[in-house]
Amino acid sequence: MLRIPCPYCGPRDETEFAYGGEAHIARPQNPATTTDADWADFLFMRKNPKGRHRERWMHARGCRQWFNVERDTVTHQIVTVYRMGEPPPETPR
Amino acid sequence: MKSYSIFSLLRNALSYHQNWQAAWRSPEPKPAYDVIIVGGGGHGLATAYYLAKEHGITNVAVLEKGWLGGGNTGRNTTIVRSNYLWDESARLYEHSLKLWEGLSQDLNFNVMFSQRGVLNLAHNLHDLRELQRRVSAIRLNGIDSEILNVEQVKEMVPILNCSPDSRYPVLGASLQRRGGVARHDAVAWGFARAADARGIDIIQNCEVTGIRRDGDRVLGVETTRGFMAAPKVACVTAGHSSVLAAMAGLRLPIESHPLQALVSEPIKPILHTVVMSAAVHVYVSQSDKGELVLGAGIDAYTSYAQRGSLSVIEEIMASTVTLFPIFSRLKMMRSWGGIVDVCPDASPIIGKTPIRGLYFNCGWGTGGFKATPGSGHVFAHTIARDEPHPLNAPYALDRFANGSLIDEHGAAAVAH
Repeated sequence: MLRIPCPYCGPRDETEFAYGGEAHIARPQNPATTTDADWADFLFMRKNPKGRHRERWMHARGCRQWFNVERDTVTHQIVTVYRMGEPPPETPR
Repeated sequence: MKSYSIFSLLRNALSYHQNWQAAWRSPEPKPAYDVIIVGGGGHGLATAYYLAKEHGITNVAVLEKGWLGGGNTGRNTTIVRSNYLWDESARLYEHSLKLWEGLSQDLNFNVMFSQRGVLNLAHNLHDLRELQRRVSAIRLNGIDSEILNVEQVKEMVPILNCSPDSRYPVLGASLQRRGGVARHDAVAWGFARAADARGIDIIQNCEVTGIRRDGDRVLGVETTRGFMAAPKVACVTAGHSSVLAAMAGLRLPIESHPLQALVSEPIKPILHTVVMSAAVHVYVSQSDKGELVLGAGIDAYTSYAQRGSLSVIEEIMASTVTLFPIFSRLKMMRSWGGIVDVCPDASPIIGKTPIRGLYFNCGWGTGGFKATPGSGHVFAHTIARDEPHPLNAPYALDRFANGSLIDEHGAAAVAH
Protein backbone atom coordinates (compact mmCIF):
# COMPACT_ATOMS: atom_id res chain seq x y z
CA MET A 1 0.00 0.00 0.00
CA LEU A 2 1.14 3.50 -0.72
CA ARG A 3 0.79 6.41 1.68
CA ILE A 4 0.74 9.48 -0.50
CA PRO A 5 1.50 12.95 0.88
CA CYS A 6 -1.08 15.17 -0.82
CA PRO A 7 0.48 18.65 -1.02
CA TYR A 8 -2.85 20.14 0.07
CA CYS A 9 -4.17 17.66 2.67
CA GLY A 10 -1.13 15.82 3.98
CA PRO A 11 -0.47 12.08 4.00
CA ARG A 12 -3.42 9.90 3.07
CA ASP A 13 -4.03 6.28 2.15
CA GLU A 14 -3.59 5.24 -1.48
CA THR A 15 -7.27 4.30 -1.79
CA GLU A 16 -8.19 8.01 -1.63
CA PHE A 17 -6.27 8.74 -4.83
CA ALA A 18 -6.63 8.19 -8.55
CA TYR A 19 -3.59 7.52 -10.72
CA GLY A 20 -2.90 9.72 -13.73
CA GLY A 21 0.12 8.10 -15.38
CA GLU A 22 3.35 9.66 -16.60
CA ALA A 23 3.72 13.40 -15.91
CA HIS A 24 5.12 16.16 -18.14
CA ILE A 25 3.85 14.85 -21.47
CA ALA A 26 3.34 17.92 -23.61
CA ARG A 27 0.59 18.01 -26.21
CA PRO A 28 1.92 18.82 -29.69
CA GLN A 29 1.80 22.58 -30.17
CA ASN A 30 0.62 22.58 -33.74
CA PRO A 31 -1.83 19.72 -34.41
CA ALA A 32 -2.13 20.54 -38.12
CA THR A 33 1.54 19.89 -38.81
CA THR A 34 2.11 17.08 -36.30
CA THR A 35 2.95 13.78 -37.98
CA ASP A 36 1.19 10.50 -37.23
CA ALA A 37 4.35 9.23 -35.56
CA ASP A 38 4.49 12.26 -33.27
CA TRP A 39 0.81 11.86 -32.39
CA ALA A 40 1.45 8.21 -31.57
CA ASP A 41 4.37 9.24 -29.39
CA PHE A 42 2.24 11.77 -27.53
CA LEU A 43 -0.81 9.55 -27.16
CA PHE A 44 0.63 6.11 -26.57
CA MET A 45 4.39 5.87 -26.06
CA ARG A 46 5.55 5.95 -22.45
CA LYS A 47 8.88 5.92 -20.62
CA ASN A 48 7.68 3.26 -18.19
CA PRO A 49 11.02 3.32 -16.36
CA LYS A 50 12.30 0.76 -13.90
CA GLY A 51 13.24 3.11 -11.08
CA ARG A 52 12.36 6.77 -10.56
CA HIS A 53 9.13 7.81 -12.27
CA ARG A 54 7.47 11.23 -12.38
CA GLU A 55 3.73 10.71 -12.42
CA ARG A 56 0.41 12.40 -11.76
CA TRP A 57 -2.03 11.62 -8.98
CA MET A 58 -5.37 13.13 -8.01
CA HIS A 59 -6.78 13.25 -4.50
CA ALA A 60 -10.11 11.91 -5.78
CA ARG A 61 -11.71 11.28 -2.39
CA GLY A 62 -10.25 14.39 -0.80
CA CYS A 63 -9.48 17.84 -2.19
CA ARG A 64 -9.76 16.61 -5.82
CA GLN A 65 -6.52 18.39 -6.75
CA TRP A 66 -4.05 17.02 -9.28
CA PHE A 67 -0.36 17.00 -8.38
CA ASN A 68 2.92 15.33 -9.34
CA VAL A 69 4.76 12.57 -7.53
CA GLU A 70 8.23 11.18 -8.08
CA ARG A 71 8.11 7.53 -7.08
CA ASP A 72 10.44 4.56 -7.42
CA THR A 73 8.69 1.82 -9.40
CA VAL A 74 10.83 -0.91 -7.82
CA THR A 75 10.67 0.03 -4.13
CA HIS A 76 7.42 2.07 -4.33
CA GLN A 77 9.17 4.75 -2.27
CA ILE A 78 7.77 8.23 -2.84
CA VAL A 79 10.75 10.53 -3.33
CA THR A 80 9.05 13.87 -3.68
CA VAL A 81 5.70 15.52 -4.31
CA TYR A 82 5.19 18.81 -6.14
CA ARG A 83 2.28 20.84 -7.45
CA MET A 84 1.06 21.07 -11.02
CA GLY A 85 2.98 23.67 -12.98
CA GLU A 86 6.01 23.51 -10.70
CA PRO A 87 9.26 22.27 -12.20
CA PRO A 88 10.30 18.86 -10.91
CA PRO A 89 12.61 19.34 -7.90
CA GLU A 90 16.16 18.01 -8.15
CA THR A 91 16.22 14.86 -6.07
CA PRO A 92 19.29 13.01 -4.86
CA ARG A 93 19.69 9.64 -6.56
CA MET B 1 15.60 -36.79 -24.85
CA LYS B 2 14.11 -39.93 -23.37
CA SER B 3 10.39 -40.03 -24.02
CA TYR B 4 8.01 -40.05 -21.08
CA SER B 5 5.55 -42.94 -21.10
CA ILE B 6 3.94 -45.49 -18.81
CA PHE B 7 6.96 -47.73 -19.51
CA SER B 8 9.54 -45.12 -18.54
CA LEU B 9 7.53 -44.48 -15.39
CA LEU B 10 7.57 -48.17 -14.51
CA ARG B 11 11.25 -48.53 -15.37
CA ASN B 12 12.19 -45.58 -13.18
CA ALA B 13 9.97 -46.79 -10.36
CA LEU B 14 12.25 -49.84 -10.12
CA SER B 15 15.17 -47.55 -9.25
CA TYR B 16 13.10 -45.45 -6.85
CA HIS B 17 12.98 -42.56 -9.33
CA GLN B 18 16.65 -41.77 -8.72
CA ASN B 19 17.74 -42.00 -12.35
CA TRP B 20 15.47 -39.68 -14.30
CA GLN B 21 17.35 -37.77 -16.96
CA ALA B 22 17.45 -34.00 -16.41
CA ALA B 23 14.61 -32.42 -18.42
CA TRP B 24 17.01 -29.97 -20.10
CA ARG B 25 20.73 -29.27 -20.17
CA SER B 26 22.47 -26.25 -18.64
CA PRO B 27 24.92 -25.49 -21.45
CA GLU B 28 27.72 -22.92 -21.45
CA PRO B 29 26.74 -20.01 -23.67
CA LYS B 30 28.30 -19.95 -27.15
CA PRO B 31 29.81 -16.69 -28.48
CA ALA B 32 27.34 -16.56 -31.37
CA TYR B 33 23.89 -17.84 -32.29
CA ASP B 34 21.53 -17.53 -35.25
CA VAL B 35 18.74 -16.30 -32.98
CA ILE B 36 18.81 -15.10 -29.38
CA ILE B 37 15.53 -15.09 -27.49
CA VAL B 38 15.50 -12.84 -24.45
CA GLY B 39 13.14 -14.17 -21.81
CA GLY B 40 12.65 -17.77 -20.68
CA GLY B 41 8.97 -17.66 -19.89
CA GLY B 42 6.29 -19.64 -21.68
CA HIS B 43 6.17 -17.36 -24.74
CA GLY B 44 9.96 -17.28 -25.19
CA LEU B 45 10.34 -21.04 -24.77
CA ALA B 46 7.41 -21.68 -27.12
CA THR B 47 9.06 -19.39 -29.67
CA ALA B 48 12.28 -21.40 -29.38
CA TYR B 49 10.42 -24.69 -29.72
CA TYR B 50 8.52 -23.65 -32.84
CA LEU B 51 11.66 -22.11 -34.38
CA ALA B 52 13.23 -25.56 -34.19
CA LYS B 53 10.15 -27.60 -35.01
CA GLU B 54 8.56 -25.55 -37.79
CA HIS B 55 11.56 -23.75 -39.28
CA GLY B 56 14.53 -26.01 -38.54
CA ILE B 57 16.42 -23.20 -36.78
CA THR B 58 18.19 -24.77 -33.82
CA ASN B 59 21.28 -22.60 -33.26
CA VAL B 60 19.22 -20.63 -30.78
CA ALA B 61 19.76 -19.43 -27.21
CA VAL B 62 17.01 -18.60 -24.74
CA LEU B 63 18.38 -16.21 -22.11
CA GLU B 64 16.58 -16.03 -18.78
CA LYS B 65 17.68 -13.69 -15.99
CA GLY B 66 16.10 -15.83 -13.29
CA TRP B 67 14.67 -19.31 -13.59
CA LEU B 68 12.36 -20.75 -16.24
CA GLY B 69 8.77 -19.70 -15.79
CA GLY B 70 9.60 -17.66 -12.68
CA GLY B 71 7.89 -14.57 -14.07
CA ASN B 72 4.32 -14.25 -15.25
CA THR B 73 4.24 -17.82 -16.59
CA GLY B 74 4.23 -19.09 -13.02
CA ARG B 75 2.13 -16.26 -11.59
CA ASN B 76 -1.07 -16.24 -13.62
CA THR B 77 -4.41 -17.91 -12.92
CA THR B 78 -3.92 -20.38 -15.82
CA ILE B 79 -7.15 -19.65 -17.68
CA VAL B 80 -7.25 -20.59 -21.37
CA ARG B 81 -10.04 -19.44 -23.68
CA SER B 82 -10.53 -17.85 -27.09
CA ASN B 83 -13.83 -15.98 -26.71
CA TYR B 84 -12.62 -12.62 -28.00
CA LEU B 85 -14.79 -10.10 -29.80
CA TRP B 86 -12.69 -8.81 -32.67
CA ASP B 87 -11.75 -10.94 -35.67
CA GLU B 88 -8.00 -10.39 -35.27
CA SER B 89 -8.12 -11.50 -31.63
CA ALA B 90 -10.47 -14.40 -32.25
CA ARG B 91 -8.16 -15.79 -34.93
CA LEU B 92 -5.01 -15.44 -32.83
CA TYR B 93 -6.43 -16.85 -29.59
CA GLU B 94 -8.29 -19.63 -31.38
CA HIS B 95 -5.07 -20.59 -33.16
CA SER B 96 -3.55 -20.85 -29.70
CA LEU B 97 -6.45 -22.84 -28.26
CA LYS B 98 -6.15 -25.37 -31.10
CA LEU B 99 -2.46 -25.79 -30.28
CA TRP B 100 -3.36 -26.24 -26.59
CA GLU B 101 -5.67 -29.10 -27.55
CA GLY B 102 -2.75 -31.18 -28.82
CA LEU B 103 0.03 -29.71 -26.72
CA SER B 104 0.64 -32.48 -24.18
CA GLN B 105 1.05 -35.04 -26.99
CA ASP B 106 3.14 -32.67 -29.09
CA LEU B 107 5.55 -31.91 -26.25
CA ASN B 108 5.46 -35.37 -24.63
CA PHE B 109 4.81 -33.49 -21.39
CA ASN B 110 1.53 -33.38 -19.51
CA VAL B 111 0.53 -29.72 -19.34
CA MET B 112 -2.70 -30.81 -17.63
CA PHE B 113 -4.87 -28.86 -20.04
CA SER B 114 -8.38 -29.30 -18.71
CA GLN B 115 -11.23 -28.06 -20.90
CA ARG B 116 -13.66 -27.56 -18.06
CA GLY B 117 -15.43 -24.56 -19.57
CA VAL B 118 -15.23 -20.84 -18.89
CA LEU B 119 -18.28 -18.89 -17.73
CA ASN B 120 -18.47 -15.11 -18.09
CA LEU B 121 -21.23 -13.68 -15.92
CA ALA B 122 -23.66 -10.89 -16.74
CA HIS B 123 -24.91 -8.82 -13.81
CA ASN B 124 -27.15 -6.31 -15.56
CA LEU B 125 -29.05 -5.87 -18.78
CA HIS B 126 -26.14 -4.15 -20.49
CA ASP B 127 -23.75 -6.97 -19.57
CA LEU B 128 -26.23 -9.45 -20.96
CA ARG B 129 -26.60 -7.61 -24.27
CA GLU B 130 -22.84 -7.21 -24.54
CA LEU B 131 -22.36 -10.93 -23.94
CA GLN B 132 -25.00 -11.70 -26.60
CA ARG B 133 -23.15 -9.50 -29.06
CA ARG B 134 -19.83 -11.13 -28.21
CA VAL B 135 -21.18 -14.66 -28.43
CA SER B 136 -22.66 -13.88 -31.85
CA ALA B 137 -19.37 -12.41 -33.08
CA ILE B 138 -17.41 -15.35 -31.69
CA ARG B 139 -19.71 -17.88 -33.33
CA LEU B 140 -19.39 -16.08 -36.67
CA ASN B 141 -15.67 -16.76 -36.35
CA GLY B 142 -16.41 -20.46 -35.96
CA ILE B 143 -15.55 -20.59 -32.26
CA ASP B 144 -17.74 -22.37 -29.72
CA SER B 145 -19.66 -20.07 -27.42
CA GLU B 146 -23.15 -20.04 -26.04
CA ILE B 147 -25.43 -18.04 -23.78
CA LEU B 148 -26.81 -19.57 -20.61
CA ASN B 149 -29.86 -18.17 -18.85
CA VAL B 150 -29.84 -17.83 -15.09
CA GLU B 151 -31.50 -21.24 -14.57
CA GLN B 152 -28.78 -22.92 -16.61
CA VAL B 153 -26.06 -21.05 -14.72
CA LYS B 154 -27.60 -22.12 -11.42
CA GLU B 155 -27.70 -25.72 -12.57
CA MET B 156 -24.08 -25.61 -13.67
CA VAL B 157 -22.71 -23.78 -10.61
CA PRO B 158 -25.15 -24.31 -7.72
CA ILE B 159 -22.94 -22.49 -5.22
CA LEU B 160 -23.17 -19.23 -7.16
CA ASN B 161 -25.43 -16.63 -5.53
CA CYS B 162 -28.05 -16.04 -8.24
CA SER B 163 -30.53 -14.30 -5.94
CA PRO B 164 -32.08 -11.19 -7.50
CA ASP B 165 -31.40 -9.41 -4.18
CA SER B 166 -27.64 -9.93 -4.47
CA ARG B 167 -25.33 -6.97 -4.85
CA TYR B 168 -24.28 -8.55 -8.17
CA PRO B 169 -27.34 -10.45 -9.39
CA VAL B 170 -26.58 -13.02 -12.10
CA LEU B 171 -28.79 -12.54 -15.17
CA GLY B 172 -27.02 -15.02 -17.38
CA ALA B 173 -23.61 -15.97 -18.67
CA SER B 174 -21.64 -16.85 -21.75
CA LEU B 175 -19.96 -20.22 -21.80
CA GLN B 176 -17.03 -21.45 -23.85
CA ARG B 177 -16.94 -25.20 -23.22
CA ARG B 178 -13.54 -25.65 -24.88
CA GLY B 179 -11.97 -23.13 -22.51
CA GLY B 180 -10.39 -24.20 -19.26
CA VAL B 181 -7.16 -24.23 -17.32
CA ALA B 182 -3.65 -25.71 -17.64
CA ARG B 183 -0.73 -26.32 -15.31
CA HIS B 184 1.34 -23.18 -15.86
CA ASP B 185 4.77 -24.45 -14.69
CA ALA B 186 4.37 -27.54 -16.85
CA VAL B 187 3.89 -25.33 -19.89
CA ALA B 188 7.29 -23.68 -19.36
CA TRP B 189 8.95 -26.99 -18.51
CA GLY B 190 7.34 -28.85 -21.40
CA PHE B 191 8.39 -26.27 -23.98
CA ALA B 192 11.88 -26.04 -22.42
CA ARG B 193 12.39 -29.80 -22.51
CA ALA B 194 11.12 -30.11 -26.09
CA ALA B 195 13.20 -27.15 -27.29
CA ASP B 196 16.31 -28.46 -25.52
CA ALA B 197 15.79 -31.87 -27.14
CA ARG B 198 16.02 -30.15 -30.54
CA GLY B 199 19.36 -28.59 -29.63
CA ILE B 200 18.35 -25.18 -28.34
CA ASP B 201 20.50 -23.75 -25.52
CA ILE B 202 18.49 -22.61 -22.50
CA ILE B 203 20.67 -20.39 -20.33
CA GLN B 204 19.28 -19.41 -16.94
CA ASN B 205 20.64 -16.80 -14.54
CA CYS B 206 21.83 -14.78 -17.51
CA GLU B 207 20.49 -11.23 -17.63
CA VAL B 208 20.63 -9.10 -20.75
CA THR B 209 22.15 -5.73 -19.90
CA GLY B 210 22.39 -4.17 -23.34
CA ILE B 211 21.50 -4.59 -26.99
CA ARG B 212 24.44 -3.96 -29.32
CA ARG B 213 23.66 -2.57 -32.74
CA ASP B 214 25.35 -1.07 -35.75
CA GLY B 215 23.15 1.73 -37.07
CA ASP B 216 19.77 0.19 -37.67
CA ARG B 217 20.98 -3.42 -37.48
CA VAL B 218 21.21 -5.56 -34.37
CA LEU B 219 24.53 -7.29 -33.61
CA GLY B 220 23.82 -9.16 -30.40
CA VAL B 221 23.27 -8.73 -26.69
CA GLU B 222 25.44 -7.81 -23.72
CA THR B 223 24.71 -10.10 -20.81
CA THR B 224 25.94 -10.80 -17.30
CA ARG B 225 27.79 -13.72 -18.90
CA GLY B 226 29.41 -11.70 -21.65
CA PHE B 227 28.55 -10.59 -25.17
CA MET B 228 26.66 -12.97 -27.46
CA ALA B 229 26.38 -12.21 -31.14
CA ALA B 230 23.29 -12.90 -33.23
CA PRO B 231 21.82 -11.40 -36.40
CA LYS B 232 18.36 -11.82 -34.87
CA VAL B 233 17.35 -10.91 -31.32
CA ALA B 234 13.80 -11.53 -30.12
CA CYS B 235 12.59 -9.93 -26.89
CA VAL B 236 9.79 -11.69 -25.00
CA THR B 237 10.14 -10.10 -21.59
CA ALA B 238 6.58 -9.12 -20.60
CA GLY B 239 6.75 -6.55 -17.77
CA HIS B 240 10.34 -5.62 -18.64
CA SER B 241 9.68 -4.94 -22.33
CA SER B 242 10.08 -1.17 -21.96
CA VAL B 243 13.45 -1.73 -20.27
CA LEU B 244 14.67 -3.90 -23.16
CA ALA B 245 13.26 -1.45 -25.71
CA ALA B 246 15.11 1.42 -24.04
CA MET B 247 18.37 -0.55 -24.44
CA ALA B 248 17.75 -0.46 -28.19
CA GLY B 249 16.67 3.18 -28.17
CA LEU B 250 13.00 2.37 -28.82
CA ARG B 251 9.86 3.54 -27.10
CA LEU B 252 6.88 1.25 -26.57
CA PRO B 253 3.23 2.07 -25.84
CA ILE B 254 3.41 -0.05 -22.71
CA GLU B 255 2.99 0.53 -19.01
CA SER B 256 3.97 -2.13 -16.45
CA HIS B 257 1.50 -2.77 -13.66
CA PRO B 258 1.30 -5.28 -10.82
CA LEU B 259 -1.37 -7.94 -11.27
CA GLN B 260 -2.23 -9.92 -8.17
CA ALA B 261 -3.60 -13.38 -7.61
CA LEU B 262 -4.14 -15.62 -4.61
CA VAL B 263 -5.00 -19.16 -3.59
CA SER B 264 -7.11 -20.50 -0.76
CA GLU B 265 -6.52 -23.46 1.48
CA PRO B 266 -7.33 -26.72 -0.36
CA ILE B 267 -10.88 -27.99 -0.11
CA LYS B 268 -12.83 -30.89 -1.64
CA PRO B 269 -13.97 -30.45 -5.24
CA ILE B 270 -16.70 -27.82 -5.32
CA LEU B 271 -16.15 -25.78 -8.48
CA HIS B 272 -15.70 -27.77 -11.68
CA THR B 273 -15.51 -24.88 -14.12
CA VAL B 274 -13.97 -21.41 -14.42
CA VAL B 275 -16.20 -18.50 -13.37
CA MET B 276 -15.28 -15.01 -14.50
CA SER B 277 -16.98 -11.71 -13.94
CA ALA B 278 -15.49 -8.82 -15.83
CA ALA B 279 -17.76 -6.31 -14.10
CA VAL B 280 -16.52 -7.09 -10.60
CA HIS B 281 -13.06 -8.33 -11.64
CA VAL B 282 -13.36 -11.79 -10.20
CA TYR B 283 -12.13 -14.93 -11.86
CA VAL B 284 -12.00 -18.15 -9.94
CA SER B 285 -11.32 -21.82 -10.57
CA GLN B 286 -10.32 -24.77 -8.41
CA SER B 287 -6.96 -26.41 -8.92
CA ASP B 288 -6.46 -30.16 -8.93
CA LYS B 289 -4.94 -29.79 -5.46
CA GLY B 290 -8.23 -28.31 -4.27
CA GLU B 291 -7.13 -24.72 -3.84
CA LEU B 292 -9.31 -21.98 -5.21
CA VAL B 293 -7.27 -19.84 -7.59
CA LEU B 294 -8.46 -16.24 -7.70
CA GLY B 295 -7.26 -13.36 -9.79
CA ALA B 296 -7.72 -9.64 -9.31
CA GLY B 297 -7.55 -6.60 -11.56
CA ILE B 298 -4.33 -4.66 -12.03
CA ASP B 299 -3.11 -2.11 -9.50
CA ALA B 300 -3.58 1.38 -10.94
CA TYR B 301 0.04 2.54 -10.65
CA THR B 302 3.02 1.40 -12.70
CA SER B 303 5.46 -0.87 -10.95
CA TYR B 304 8.32 -3.31 -11.41
CA ALA B 305 7.89 -4.80 -7.94
CA GLN B 306 6.18 -8.17 -8.05
CA ARG B 307 3.65 -7.09 -5.45
CA GLY B 308 0.65 -4.80 -5.25
CA SER B 309 -1.59 -3.12 -2.71
CA LEU B 310 -3.80 -4.96 -0.24
CA SER B 311 -6.83 -2.86 -1.20
CA VAL B 312 -6.98 -4.73 -4.51
CA ILE B 313 -7.08 -8.06 -2.68
CA GLU B 314 -9.78 -6.78 -0.32
CA GLU B 315 -11.90 -5.71 -3.28
CA ILE B 316 -11.68 -9.01 -5.10
CA MET B 317 -12.39 -10.96 -1.90
CA ALA B 318 -15.47 -8.83 -1.19
CA SER B 319 -16.80 -9.52 -4.68
CA THR B 320 -15.95 -13.21 -4.51
CA VAL B 321 -17.78 -13.68 -1.22
CA THR B 322 -20.78 -11.84 -2.61
CA LEU B 323 -20.88 -14.15 -5.62
CA PHE B 324 -20.01 -17.28 -3.60
CA PRO B 325 -21.24 -16.85 0.01
CA ILE B 326 -20.10 -20.43 0.72
CA PHE B 327 -16.46 -19.30 0.41
CA SER B 328 -16.76 -16.76 3.22
CA ARG B 329 -14.97 -18.87 5.84
CA LEU B 330 -12.17 -20.05 3.58
CA LYS B 331 -8.67 -18.98 4.51
CA MET B 332 -6.47 -17.54 1.81
CA MET B 333 -3.00 -19.07 1.86
CA ARG B 334 -0.84 -17.04 -0.48
CA SER B 335 -1.04 -13.97 -2.64
CA TRP B 336 1.51 -12.72 -5.11
CA GLY B 337 1.95 -10.30 -7.97
CA GLY B 338 3.38 -10.35 -11.45
CA ILE B 339 4.34 -7.39 -13.63
CA VAL B 340 2.11 -7.17 -16.66
CA ASP B 341 2.85 -5.13 -19.77
CA VAL B 342 -0.35 -3.31 -20.63
CA CYS B 343 -0.94 -1.85 -24.09
CA PRO B 344 -3.42 1.00 -24.64
CA ASP B 345 -5.69 -1.30 -26.69
CA ALA B 346 -5.20 -4.37 -24.47
CA SER B 347 -3.80 -6.28 -27.43
CA PRO B 348 -0.24 -7.50 -27.84
CA ILE B 349 2.56 -6.27 -30.07
CA ILE B 350 4.12 -9.11 -32.07
CA GLY B 351 6.48 -8.27 -34.84
CA LYS B 352 9.41 -6.39 -36.28
CA THR B 353 10.84 -3.10 -35.06
CA PRO B 354 12.53 -0.22 -36.89
CA ILE B 355 15.83 -1.96 -36.05
CA ARG B 356 16.67 -4.78 -38.47
CA GLY B 357 16.91 -8.16 -36.77
CA LEU B 358 15.22 -6.97 -33.58
CA TYR B 359 11.79 -8.41 -32.83
CA PHE B 360 9.39 -7.79 -29.97
CA ASN B 361 6.60 -9.92 -28.59
CA CYS B 362 5.04 -8.00 -25.71
CA GLY B 363 2.04 -6.10 -24.45
CA TRP B 364 0.03 -9.20 -23.55
CA GLY B 365 -1.01 -7.40 -20.40
CA THR B 366 -3.20 -9.47 -18.13
CA GLY B 367 -4.00 -12.22 -20.61
CA GLY B 368 -0.88 -13.74 -22.09
CA PHE B 369 -0.93 -17.23 -20.61
CA LYS B 370 -3.76 -18.50 -22.78
CA ALA B 371 -1.86 -17.41 -25.88
CA THR B 372 1.44 -19.11 -25.01
CA PRO B 373 1.59 -21.72 -27.81
CA GLY B 374 -0.04 -19.53 -30.46
CA SER B 375 2.15 -16.56 -29.59
CA GLY B 376 5.30 -18.67 -29.83
CA HIS B 377 4.12 -20.21 -33.09
CA VAL B 378 3.46 -16.95 -34.96
CA PHE B 379 6.49 -15.21 -33.42
CA ALA B 380 8.79 -18.03 -34.57
CA HIS B 381 7.38 -17.55 -38.08
CA THR B 382 8.01 -13.79 -37.85
CA ILE B 383 11.63 -14.33 -36.82
CA ALA B 384 12.40 -17.15 -39.26
CA ARG B 385 10.88 -15.45 -42.33
CA ASP B 386 11.55 -11.87 -41.24
CA GLU B 387 7.90 -11.13 -41.95
CA PRO B 388 4.81 -11.61 -39.80
CA HIS B 389 2.56 -14.63 -39.98
CA PRO B 390 -0.88 -13.59 -41.33
CA LEU B 391 -2.28 -14.05 -37.82
CA ASN B 392 0.07 -11.55 -36.19
CA ALA B 393 0.33 -9.06 -39.06
CA PRO B 394 -2.38 -6.86 -37.46
CA TYR B 395 -0.33 -6.78 -34.23
CA ALA B 396 2.51 -4.64 -35.57
CA LEU B 397 3.98 -1.81 -33.53
CA ASP B 398 3.05 0.73 -36.22
CA ARG B 399 -0.67 0.25 -35.54
CA PHE B 400 -0.33 2.96 -32.90
CA ALA B 401 0.74 5.45 -35.56
CA ASN B 402 -1.71 4.42 -38.29
CA GLY B 403 -4.65 4.04 -35.93
CA SER B 404 -5.61 0.42 -36.62
CA LEU B 405 -5.88 -0.49 -32.93
CA ILE B 406 -7.44 -3.79 -31.84
CA ASP B 407 -9.46 -2.48 -28.96
CA GLU B 408 -10.17 -5.38 -26.65
CA HIS B 409 -10.37 -3.27 -23.49
CA GLY B 410 -14.13 -3.13 -23.22
CA ALA B 411 -14.62 -6.33 -25.15
CA ALA B 412 -12.96 -9.35 -23.71
CA ALA B 413 -9.52 -8.63 -22.41
CA VAL B 414 -10.53 -6.79 -19.27
CA ALA B 415 -10.43 -9.86 -17.09
CA HIS B 416 -8.29 -12.94 -17.39
